[in-house]
Amino acid sequence: MLAIRDQRDKRAFAQLFDHFAPRLKGFVIRSGAAPGQAEDIVQDVMLSVWRKAHLFDPERAQVSSWIYQIARNRQIDIARKNGRPLPEALKAEETETEPDAGQVLALEQETDVLREALNRLNPDQREMIEKAYLGELSHSDIAETTGLPLGTIKSRIRLGLERLRHELKDLRQE
Amino acid sequence: MTERISHHIPDALMASYVAGTLPKPFALVVATHVSMCDSCRANYLAHQAAGGAVLENIAEEPLSGDLRDRVLGALDDAIDLDDPETDETPRDGIYPGPVMAALKGKAPRWKSIGGGVRQCIVDMGREGSARLLHIPAGRPVPEHSHGGLELTLVLQGGFSDTTGHFDVGDVEIANDELEHIPTADPGDDCICLAATDAPLRFSGLVPRILQPLFAI
Ligand SMILES: [Zn+2]
Ligand SMILES: [Zn+2]
Repeated sequence: MLAIRDQRDKRAFAQLFDHFAPRLKGFVIRSGAAPGQAEDIVQDVMLSVWRKAHLFDPERAQVSSWIYQIARNRQIDIARKNGRPLPEALKAEETETEPDAGQVLALEQETDVLREALNRLNPDQREMIEKAYLGELSHSDIAETTGLPLGTIKSRIRLGLERLRHELKDLRQE
Repeated sequence: MTERISHHIPDALMASYVAGTLPKPFALVVATHVSMCDSCRANYLAHQAAGGAVLENIAEEPLSGDLRDRVLGALDDAIDLDDPETDETPRDGIYPGPVMAALKGKAPRWKSIGGGVRQCIVDMGREGSARLLHIPAGRPVPEHSHGGLELTLVLQGGFSDTTGHFDVGDVEIANDELEHIPTADPGDDCICLAATDAPLRFSGLVPRILQPLFAI
């Protein structure tokens, strides 16, 4: 993904496409897209990934998390005209520091732990979690499901955010 | 700022926000709170990671033969497309970006709803409504109950009710059982972003008559 972001590497993008596009198609069909529309959404999402590559920040998100949110936002945009309110972006692109390898690796490990936790759930629980993130449950339904353990990944991301704030402050003081 | 926040967005609301099933007025409150609170931003990103794990684990669907070529062939033209997500509305004073976006970049236009309290409706639709409330320092909001869920996020000043005290950045979550009289702290006037998925019901007679008039 960094090759796509920093070198606009089309071959790296083709690899990313081969990994994610078939999953994305399965994902958007399961979350309600008409089969005829599914590939249009996959195309839109993958082109957004290419266009927005400069916004990708490996210290705060894994590629899968990032693509997940782009895909959900795209489906919400199609479902309702005026879309969804989004938080302010962190101005990470203003910092010129290299991503912190330790933070990137730690986040990757936490994400693997999360994926394994999802695989270890019993089938009913796992289906509920999938439904929640596929956009098939209301917030009150989600409140009744037992969630994934998100505690450690939260604190990992939190540390990354604190580091970013710190750097931004240093940057402003220079 | 972020360290002082003590009332946050619960996990179920955050998961629903990330998945896109949260009614739009509540989504506005969550987006605004995340813009003010690092702890909830971390939670927001953690739920995206959970969504990413679901995406990684989903059964693949075969693609039609030409999709790959079509997408790879479009890369050179894809750069210049408009991207609404990157030209976000900037924050203005106490109003974070998502609120300014809901206000279409303009300053709020206040309307009096009695008792010195003013409001500015920022979103109204089938899914509910979101409004800014301006409560003079030390004054109460008329007693009311909720048909459904109400989220109230403090942008300036603070308020208290029977459930506790709420400062800048704090979110109060009220449901259909709560009847309350939020009272603004002395000092600064209190400005809140409040979202409901059902109309508020005021307990006093006069405000109830006024409700249709002010679209409360
Ligand atoms: Zn918070
Ligand atoms: Zn209330």
